[in-house]
Amino acid sequence: MKLFRIRGGVHPAGRKEATRDLPIETMPLPGRLYLPVQQHIGAPAAPAVKVGERVLRGQLLAHSQGAVSAPIHAPTSATVADIADLPAPHPSGLAVRTVVLAPDGLDEAVDRETVADPLSLSPGEIATLVGAAGIVGMGGATFPAAVKLNLPRRQPIHTLVINGAECEPFLTCDERLMRERGDAVIAGIRLMARALGVQRTLVAIEDNKPEARAMMVAAAAGVDDFRVLGVPTRYPMGSEKHLVQTLTGLETPARELTADLGVVVHNVATAHAVYRALYHGEPCISRVVTVSGGATQRPANLEVRLGTRVTDLLNHCGGFRETPARLLAGGPMMGQMLPHQRVPIVKGSSGILALTGAETAGRREMPCIRCGSCVEACPCGLLPLAMAAHGRAGDLEGAARHGLMDCVSCGACAYTCPSHIPLVQIFHHARGALAARQRVAHKAEETRHLSQRREARLAREQAHKAAEAAARKAAREAANKARAAAREAAS
Amino acid sequence: MLNAIASLTTLGLLLGLLLAVAARFLRVAADPLVGELESLMPGSQCGQCGFPGCAPAAEALVAGEAPVTLCPPGGRALAGQLATRLGVTVDLSGVADKPPSIAVIDEQRCIGCTRCLKVCPTDAIVGASKQIHAVIRDACTGCEQCLDTCPTDCVVMHEIQPTLQSWHWPLPVLAA
Repeated sequence: MKLFRIRGGVHPAGRKEATRDLPIETMPLPGRLYLPVQQHIGAPAAPAVKVGERVLRGQLLAHSQGAVSAPIHAPTSATVADIADLPAPHPSGLAVRTVVLAPDGLDEAVDRETVADPLSLSPGEIATLVGAAGIVGMGGATFPAAVKLNLPRRQPIHTLVINGAECEPFLTCDERLMRERGDAVIAGIRLMARALGVQRTLVAIEDNKPEARAMMVAAAAGVDDFRVLGVPTRYPMGSEKHLVQTLTGLETPARELTADLGVVVHNVATAHAVYRALYHGEPCISRVVTVSGGATQRPANLEVRLGTRVTDLLNHCGGFRETPARLLAGGPMMGQMLPHQRVPIVKGSSGILALTGAETAGRREMPCIRCGSCVEACPCGLLPLAMAAHGRAGDLEGAARHGLMDCVSCGACAYTCPSHIPLVQIFHHARGALAARQRVAHKAEETRHLSQRREARLAREQAHKAAEAAARKAAREAANKARAAAREAAS
Repeated sequence: MLNAIASLTTLGLLLGLLLAVAARFLRVAADPLVGELESLMPGSQCGQCGFPGCAPAAEALVAGEAPVTLCPPGGRALAGQLATRLGVTVDLSGVADKPPSIAVIDEQRCIGCTRCLKVCPTDAIVGASKQIHAVIRDACTGCEQCLDTCPTDCVVMHEIQPTLQSWHWPLPVLAA
C-alpha cells in the first residue's frame, strides 16, 4: 500500500533496547492502591463506594458523569481505606479526589456476565460495554474510547486506524503487547471495527518493530479488510493526525479532528483493553507500563494494577542506580514530569522513566538565531519561532494567530533547536494562559447575565409591591366608600 | 405673590420646553466605545470604582474622567485591556493584582440577618431570615460588597486555589 510523506519530524535515539526484549512481567499487588476519580479527559467520575466498604475486583468504584467521562473500577478485592484529596500524577502535584484501597490479597472477582460471542453484539452494544468498562485512550490521551466508538452515529466513518507506532523513545509497552498478545489485540480491533462499521482497518507499526509487525500480520491472517502496515520510524509518527496522513494522504484541516475525515484512531493498548472487557468481562483495571531510563536499576515491562504507586513500581524494579534528574510519566518527548514518586499509575501511564542528568542534559538557552530548524521539524507546518516570540512577550492572540491551537505539542521543535529554546514549554504556557483568559471572559459573561437577572428581579419585586399597595389602597377606599354609604343609609 | 408664582411657573415651563427640544434635536448617539468597554468590564455592578455601575464607569473612561486602573475586581489584566483599547499608556506596576477570590460565610458566626444577600450584585448568596446563608461559588465574583454589610464579620474572602483543570505551566524563565 502506498504511504504518504508527512512534513517535518525528528529522529531521536530510540533507546528501546533496554526493555524491548523483556517479556511482560506481572507486578505483585502493592499494599495500597490509589485510584484518582479523574483518569480521563472529561468530567471526573463520582465515587460510588463508602469508606470501610469491601469491594471485589472489577466492582464499580466511581461512576461516570456526563457524556464525556469514564467510570473507575476496583483493580482487586479490597477494603476502601479512604476517599481523600491526594496528589495527582500531574506536574503540578495538585490534589485530586482519590479512592484508597487496602487490598486483602484474595483478588476475588465480582460476578459478571460475559457474552458468549462478543462479535455478534450490535455496534451500539459494543460501545456501551466499552464505556461501562471505563476504557479510555491508553496511548496517553485518555479520551473515553466509547465516545469515539459512537462517532458513526454523528458522522460517516470509513477507516479505523490502529496506532502501534509507539514513536516515543524508551517506551516498549505497546510493542510487547503486540508481540505477546497479538491475538488478543486483533480480537479487540475486530470488535472496535464492528462498533464503528468501517470498511477497512489499518494497523500501523513503526519499522523499528519488525517482530511486532510479524506477530500482528500472523494474528490478522484470515481477517478480511485488515492491513498491518509498517510506517517509517520518525517522531511524531504516533500522532493521530500524522499517522492518518501517512496512511491515507488526508491532512486533517486546522482545528478539526481526524474523525472529520472519516478516520478514527485507537491505540493497540486500547484494543487490548476492549478485548479484556468484552471477552473476559474485565473492566479497565490494569495496564502494561514500561519502566526505563538510565537511573533505573532494572528496566522492565510490567503489567500493573491501576492505582499502584510509582514508588512501588520502582522498588519492584530494584530502585535507582543513581538519583534521577527527572521522573517522567509517558515518553521523554511528550511525557509529564512527575512531582514525586508518591503518585499512582493511571489509565494513561504508558511509561515511568527515571532519567539521569546526562539523559536530560539541562542545556543553557541561547538567543534564537532564526535558523529555521524548528520550522523544518514542525510536523504541523507551523512557525514555532514566531509562536514562541509572541508567547514569550505575552501576546497570546499573536501566538494563536500563528497556529498555537494547531500545535500538537510533540516537542520536535524544542528537540531540534540548536539554541535550546524551550519552545514547546512556551506553547504549553501560552495555551494554558489562553484557556485561563477564556475562562475569565466566560465568567464575566455569566456575571453580566446574573446581574441583569437580579436587576430584573428587583424591578419585578418593586412592581409587585406597587401593585399590592395599589390594590390595598383600592380596597381601603372601597371599604371607606361602603362604610360611608352604610352610614348614609343608616342616617 | 401671584406675580411671583406666575413668573416662576412660566420660567419653569419655558426652560422645560427648551430642554425637551434640545433633547430631541441635539441628541448624541451613544458612543459605541462605551459599550465595548463595558463588555470588557466584570459587569457585576459592584460599585467599587465609585461609579454606580459598569456602564457609568465605562462612560467615565471614554470621557477621560477616570483612570483605566479604576476597576479593582478587573485587576491588572483589565487595566491592560482598557489601556490598549483606549490607546493610552499606563504604568501597571502600581495596580494591585488581587488573586481571584470568593466570599465564604463562616457558619459559626452567621446570624441569618439577610443583609449580605440584599447587596450581592449577582445574587450569589442564598439564605433566609434566621437561616444560615451560603455563597454559590460559581456565581460569586469576589467583589467584596458583602464584607462591610455583615454585622458579625462572618464573611471572609478566600483565594481561589488552582485546580487540576485550571492549572497551567508557567512561562519558562530565560536562563541568565
